[in-house]
Amino acid sequence: MSSMSDQPTTAVDLARNVRDGVAKAVDIVDGYLARIDERDDEINAFNLVLADQARERAAEIDEMVSLGRDPGPLAGVPVGLKDNLCTRGIPTTCSSKILADWKPPYDATVVTRLRDAGAIFVGKTNLDEFAMGSSTENSAFGPTKNPLDTTRVPGGSSGGSAAAVAANFAAVSFGSDTGGSIRQPAALCGVVGVKPTYGAVSRLGLIAFGSSLDQVGPFAHTVRDAAVALETISGHDPGDSTSIQQGPLDLSPTLDLGVAGLRVGRITDLPKGASPDVEERLEAAFDALREAGAEIVDVEMPAFNYGLTAYYLIAPAEASSNLARFDGVRFGMRTPAPDTNSMYTATRTDGFGTEVKRRIMLGTYALSAGYYDAYYGRAQKVRRLIANDFAAAYAKADVLLTPASPTVAFKLGDKASDPLAMYLCDTYTIPSNLTGDPGMSVPFGIGEHGLPVGVQILAPALKDDVMFRAAATLERHMQNHQDQNVSGS
Amino acid sequence: MSITYVNDDGYYPSNEEHPRWEHEGYELVVGLEVHVELATRTKLFSSAPNRFGDEPNTNIDPVTLGLPGALPVLNRQAVELAIRLGLALNCTVQKSTFARKNYFYPDMPKAYQISQYDEPINIDGWLDLPDGFRVGVERGHLEEDTGKSTHVGGAGGRIHGSDYSLIDFNRAGVPLVEIVSRPDIRHPEQAKAYVTELRGILVAVGASDAKMEEGSMRVDANVSVRKPGADFNTRCEIKNVNSVRSLGRAIEYEARRQVLLHEAGEPVTQQTRHWDENDGRTHTLRSKEDADDYRYFLEPDLVVVDPGIEWIEAVRAALPVLPSARRAGLAAITGLAANSEAIMVVTDRGHDSFVVDVAKHGGDASITLKHLQQLPEAAGVPAEDVAKLTTMEASGGLTATQAKQVLADMVDAGGGDAEAIATDKGFEAMGNTELESMVDAAIAAQPDAWEKFCAGEGKAMGALVGAIMKASKGQADGKAVTALLNAKKS
Repeated sequence: MSSMSDQPTTAVDLARNVRDGVAKAVDIVDGYLARIDERDDEINAFNLVLADQARERAAEIDEMVSLGRDPGPLAGVPVGLKDNLCTRGIPTTCSSKILADWKPPYDATVVTRLRDAGAIFVGKTNLDEFAMGSSTENSAFGPTKNPLDTTRVPGGSSGGSAAAVAANFAAVSFGSDTGGSIRQPAALCGVVGVKPTYGAVSRLGLIAFGSSLDQVGPFAHTVRDAAVALETISGHDPGDSTSIQQGPLDLSPTLDLGVAGLRVGRITDLPKGASPDVEERLEAAFDALREAGAEIVDVEMPAFNYGLTAYYLIAPAEASSNLARFDGVRFGMRTPAPDTNSMYTATRTDGFGTEVKRRIMLGTYALSAGYYDAYYGRAQKVRRLIANDFAAAYAKADVLLTPASPTVAFKLGDKASDPLAMYLCDTYTIPSNLTGDPGMSVPFGIGEHGLPVGVQILAPALKDDVMFRAAATLERHMQNHQDQNVSGS
Repeated sequence: MSITYVNDDGYYPSNEEHPRWEHEGYELVVGLEVHVELATRTKLFSSAPNRFGDEPNTNIDPVTLGLPGALPVLNRQAVELAIRLGLALNCTVQKSTFARKNYFYPDMPKAYQISQYDEPINIDGWLDLPDGFRVGVERGHLEEDTGKSTHVGGAGGRIHGSDYSLIDFNRAGVPLVEIVSRPDIRHPEQAKAYVTELRGILVAVGASDAKMEEGSMRVDANVSVRKPGADFNTRCEIKNVNSVRSLGRAIEYEARRQVLLHEAGEPVTQQTRHWDENDGRTHTLRSKEDADDYRYFLEPDLVVVDPGIEWIEAVRAALPVLPSARRAGLAAITGLAANSEAIMVVTDRGHDSFVVDVAKHGGDASITLKHLQQLPEAAGVPAEDVAKLTTMEASGGLTATQAKQVLADMVDAGGGDAEAIATDKGFEAMGNTELESMVDAAIAAQPDAWEKFCAGEGKAMGALVGAIMKASKGQADGKAVTALLNAKKS
């Protein structure tokens, strides 16, 4: 386990130093690239390291500063991008054989906004193939390891992005969250991870898994870094019809407001399954918020428990359609065969991994004539019930607190052969994807095996700022009570 | 798309008075599905140009090709044109959604088509044929077109057995409206009239150029036959019908094929059948068992389309006068039937407004109509000049033949004074006495022809009229000659 004492420099500080001329972006980037060089063979956080491009861009940023021009709020900040975000002319693989050599002709909106803000892309990060998984073991390019304990998984699907920040290969990184793919790896790697309100961040250029659930968000060392990163990428994009018609989220100014008077909900009928150390840290989080002036209220959410089941019909259904375009006709891999239909079959058989195939099969079945009503149709009804539960809960509480993951980071291979055990990793994160509400994971102390525990904060749609206030309060509590933040188990 | 119909024969009671196709005691039931490409500048979900006839694969972009990460954004102009044609077809325009229709085909880039499924933008309209027969319009929904495949080698241009295939994605993503009629059509001629009338409406409202030969209007026919009054029988869908004429032939062929099957006690199986222009038959393309399960679900990349009452009413207010109303207008000022050939032809050419103009200048509308039908170029002559000409003709100052020649001169000169031209040509209305003597002379010269004419052989009249025309150097009025001959016969 790496030492917790050498605190990484925050993105906010890096950018300030670069803009003030105190530090050179080229030097910063060299430092990060050196760490990657030294340790990523072991961690495998990156599918591709963009060393030359990063140095080139850093030099441009430095030049802008020397010319008196403002390179933006993320000037010189080394950033990792999940490899399902399209980068123009740079391979974007989704950690799948089927896209191994594909170079998009365009940048995702998120990528454009980050570049315009002065961020420097150091690499494309590893993921479970097509973002399907909770351990980053389902990658065609090998698993990513948890930098805090390399015998363990970093979580997933955005495990590469979480590990990149945890190992300080990047000051900030970006992932996508369809059922917990940002929040769960953030928890397992001990970093901050945010899934914003659905529609707050453009999905244009994010390679779709479950279109009605997918949302891009940041990983960061601090809540403030996450806030600045999210402010940078959020705001309406006319290229995404589901993008909300409003400007960027306004988060940073509210971080210091505290939680006095805020009502924090405890879900009394939350699905069981969290390990004792995680339960204990969650209790500590309630205590910390109460101490800071929040009121803890009980809420009931009977449909919460059905989220997982509904999700594993809806997400695969959308995925089965979204992934149909990988047919070998226009781009990506093609396995030659004598006729079109056998070419489709051969290409998709060779190109997709086991978990992706499993979900395509599941989703196709759920949508099929004769099964639609029983599966997909019913799942959509459950989705509405969960939304009703959330609406009722948010009438009583401003935010809700749950574990982000049922356990701390588990061993590589532990759940790889048991898909259901793996799916249970997302029990607490999935419901807010179904409703489109925001959620984030904040590191809140240490659990079993000296590994970090993440607490999840949930808030109503477009109340991302309230969620961040609670997160900042928990973070401050951590800083003020360093010695008490270890689970007693 | 296919629709399950209830047996709603007699939906429009006035249709009872119209002729029905009948064969061996069976009647025909037809519903039409018409796809029209909308005349938008860009595609339904992207800014790639919507243009026919360009170099293959030039009007494309990431959305058109279905590249990973690309997202659709709905084209406002396409929605406006869909509303326009929906209103022109008396539809209710409603809040609508898009769904994904999933199937694999090389020219379908995303392996799903974005189409309106259970909540289409236009529902419950109708279209009146020129003879008054009313055909219900079930829905008119928006969807995107596919690319175009060319299968090289092998038999019949099919993908099966071909050496290789070429795909042009220029057409992929072009906005379509699919207009689904109710199964109200009972005669092949009604099907043809429906398509012709629909085409006129589409062109009039500027929704589409609706050219069947270029594929911007594609017609599929659902055909079945039954004993009158019985429940609907199994239908077949006929595809690849590339002209109005072929539509009539294909329906007629298919109906007779089904009657034979019913009479032989063999089942008609639900099929998609391909019309072959060369052998004049329909052939099995695929049966219902081979049909794809499209796994429709709500398109998560798009939101509900709610045009709102204000936009709909603004579109309604800006609708041009439709062909049926224009024909009714001509009928009112000419006294002819609205579905008379002259009115149909002149309206279809868009020259009806010229007839109205001439009438406004005091001219004779029905004479103008007759001239325009024969000489479309006359619509380019100033209306007041034509007004004067038709007034002269109506008052007997010029014969029809003379007027035609004067009009031809006007077309060449871009106008002119009818009286001056007539004088120039030495035209004067021929007096009846003069004409009568010419008729008598013709009868005397051709006694055989006269005898046959009197015996009722209509053909014999031609020889007599021809002689009179020759004698008058073409100045005699044909109608007057005929009238005189008939008068003398009795």
